[in-house]
Amino acid sequence: MVIPEDLLYTKDHEWGRREDTSLRVGISDYAQSELGDIVFVELEKMGTRVRPGEKIGTVESVKAVSEIFSPVSGAIIEVNDSLEQSPEMINTDCYGDAWMVLIAMDDPTETAHLMGAQAYRDYLEAEAK
Amino acid sequence: MPFDETVSTFPEHREPLLITLSSQGKNSRLVPEPFDAGDLDDLRPAEHLPVLPDISEVETIRHFTRLSRLNFGIDQGMYPLGSCTMKHNPKISEEILSRFAAIHPADRRAMQIILSSIHTLAGFLQEICGMDACSLWPAAGAHGELTGMMIIKKAVKAVGQDRTTVLVPDTAHGTNPASCSIAGFITKNIPSGPEGFVTASLVQKHLDGDVAALMLTNPNTLGIFEQEISRIATILHENGSYLYMDGANLNAIMGISRPGDMGVDCMHVNLHKTFGAPHGGGGPGGGPVLVKKTLERFLPVPRLERDSSGLFHLSLHYPDSIGMVHSTLGNVGVLIKALTYLLSVGPDGIRKAAATACLNANYLKKKLRETFDLPYDTPTLHEFVLSDRKQKDAGITTMDIAKMLMDAGFHPPTVHFPLVVPGALMIEPTETEPLRELQRFTDAMERIAEMCRSGPGSVRNRPQSTPVTRVDEVHAARNLVLTWKDAESIGSEQVSK
Repeated sequence: MVIPEDLLYTKDHEWGRREDTSLRVGISDYAQSELGDIVFVELEKMGTRVRPGEKIGTVESVKAVSEIFSPVSGAIIEVNDSLEQSPEMINTDCYGDAWMVLIAMDDPTETAHLMGAQAYRDYLEAEAK
Repeated sequence: MPFDETVSTFPEHREPLLITLSSQGKNSRLVPEPFDAGDLDDLRPAEHLPVLPDISEVETIRHFTRLSRLNFGIDQGMYPLGSCTMKHNPKISEEILSRFAAIHPADRRAMQIILSSIHTLAGFLQEICGMDACSLWPAAGAHGELTGMMIIKKAVKAVGQDRTTVLVPDTAHGTNPASCSIAGFITKNIPSGPEGFVTASLVQKHLDGDVAALMLTNPNTLGIFEQEISRIATILHENGSYLYMDGANLNAIMGISRPGDMGVDCMHVNLHKTFGAPHGGGGPGGGPVLVKKTLERFLPVPRLERDSSGLFHLSLHYPDSIGMVHSTLGNVGVLIKALTYLLSVGPDGIRKAAATACLNANYLKKKLRETFDLPYDTPTLHEFVLSDRKQKDAGITTMDIAKMLMDAGFHPPTVHFPLVVPGALMIEPTETEPLRELQRFTDAMERIAEMCRSGPGSVRNRPQSTPVTRVDEVHAARNLVLTWKDAESIGSEQVSK
């Protein structure tokens, strides 16, 4: 299970990468492996305002349809449209090319609520029990 | 059990559409004589005749028999699809319905027989569920849910409120949030407790002035009875909210406990699950909605009424109704089948069916719980959920186990649902299965687990004994190909007047 040290994580298995006052968001390696082969992705539109726990997209695998939630408050300022054509990228490069949205945060200190890599690793271990 | 050799007994076979087999004058069957329908002012003959295949009886029978051999149905073997209640469809229901099918809707005298029959069915359903009134028209479960949510929406509006939230637990059927959305509500997902049922204290945490209702399935999709349902109903009612019950799993409790007594305000039942009408293949189904007195005036029209002379009629004069949800009489054939089922098994019969369904499921759970992972150990009723956790290390997943079962002559259980269990296998044998068949199923499951340990390679690429072997589901989902033919255009070439 790959858990990059420099990223932040949610309990719903999204990751976030701080880029100045914005947060780039995707789903973790654990999430993609649990979902299995992703066959369809739909993301919210540019400019959509979101709060923590609100939907930023929907991911469909052969097993199930899952919603992807925003880790922070802010506005979606970039959307990775290439996922629509190549949803399988989430399975092959979930921390790289398969990022989903970039959110301009209302309050950059909000990321303090997210988990670091070690905390997320511990969380996954506790969940597995 | 044909696990050890590669067999494919089905040749590549594409069944043609009936319309392409059509040729003039093949259908020589006689049409019934018209009856005297009296005053038919409202009815006119169709201006255009539909394009129908002109085809002999034997060709028709062979077509459908060939199609049925490419399929798997409850008449062939055990169909333990969890939360779907794939029970035996008694043949007496087909026989009885065939007599009703000859009644023309314009024959008002004969229609009294239909109306009084479905009125009887409504009464039975009300008694079984402990509810006050019923609309028989919704066409299936999800349609019943939508009708129920529209009723609640209207009831909330009627007291000048604008509540928009409906709470739905994480074990709910996927149709629940969909029905809420279509009815104009916003769904809020709530987690069920650690033991696999929803607790009153958890519901309390999510209650505020915006909550219109909670949708609860009882027993839920883990097969667990929602034991705090009465307290949940009380706190919902104190909050001015309604309790909706998804009756999909009513087979586990019918004749034993009644949703109405648990505080449920509105619910649907699935006649094609619980009451023996055929299920699957796209329908038709039956999803009657039942309500308490407080919600009765919002039920769909037409309403079935009985006048002082004892005659039945349909009335549209209900100003608070949500309106029509289906053409008149719903899927009436399914209603007649459900009534036939209820009359043939009787009150003791449905109680026995529920008890046997629970016994069968618990027999399977007890037999399989050592070999397969059982994520929730709370007592269960008519179904239970296993996971692939013990097989995963060998690289075998739920999907492999499900496909393998097909080679043993079973329909797979429900997989990857409920979502609270990763790699879920949800098993519901129903009361239909005899002990011998249950044993055959546990033998097959044990054998699969053994093969996962000794040679996982032989488990992949299954099934091999079915008309269609292992399909590439990922490829199919990513490269959707819809095939569609226009009957009119085929017909104009093939069918002569």
